[in-house]
Amino acid sequence: MRENEAKIEIISKSENEAFVRAAVSAFFMQLDPTIEEISDIKTAVSEAVTNSIVHGYAEKKGKIYIDLYIKDDKIKIVVKDNGCGILNVKEAMQPLFTTNTDGERSGMGFTVMETFMDNISVHSIVDVGTKVTMEKTLGKNML
Amino acid sequence: MQIIFQTQDKTLIVKITGELDHHVVREIKDRIDKKIASTKAKNLIFDFSSLSFMDSSGIGLIVGRYKLVTSLEGKIIIVSSTKTIDRIINLAGIKKIIKTTTSVDEALKCAKEG
Repeated sequence: MRENEAKIEIISKSENEAFVRAAVSAFFMQLDPTIEEISDIKTAVSEAVTNSIVHGYAEKKGKIYIDLYIKDDKIKIVVKDNGCGILNVKEAMQPLFTTNTDGERSGMGFTVMETFMDNISVHSIVDVGTKVTMEKTLGKNML
Repeated sequence: MQIIFQTQDKTLIVKITGELDHHVVREIKDRIDKKIASTKAKNLIFDFSSLSFMDSSGIGLIVGRYKLVTSLEGKIIIVSSTKTIDRIINLAGIKKIIKTTTSVDEALKCAKEG
């Protein structure tokens, strides 16, 4: 059985989005993922971290925790913040739903996470924070 | 991330290299909007052929510029040659409203038609 885990902690600065993508992709390299798998993971993580920065902390300073787990060919990524939380998670997860009014955010973040990962669950409490858990089994195309 | 502008007739070609995410999207948007105003370009070609990463911030950028360019009665064309970028674009249904090509030459031809 192969098991491993890593924890990343960042402050909510948008400069850190690229760092998290690079760190997450480096950690999962030990599973020899395909280019497509790594690209899926990087995109999903980027969406979750961006949500915490833009919505969770509304561009104010706070901490974001990214926990990474490997269990055989399954990976799990947990992105947590202590931000404002989401009042209606079901509504927030609808494609094109956005609280942004200037028309520059697409409202596709959760849709990207759902499409590029196998499972996603979102747990959020208003004024406490949001936890996004994503799972994916690698090597499915190798069978 | 690097942005390279080039104008040909009334078409502005915007080549973006590196990674396109929430951190850089505001700067890209501002620079494109200023360039459209200063060059009086009608059409816009997004050259994503040298882009290594794009998340949903890119969708917001494309849709926002689509609204601007169509209000000027121009066209938007996307040059995309990588599977990763294509998947994000497909996901948002952008291909239903915006033409995509695999080369800048082909995109310029589309801009000239009609």
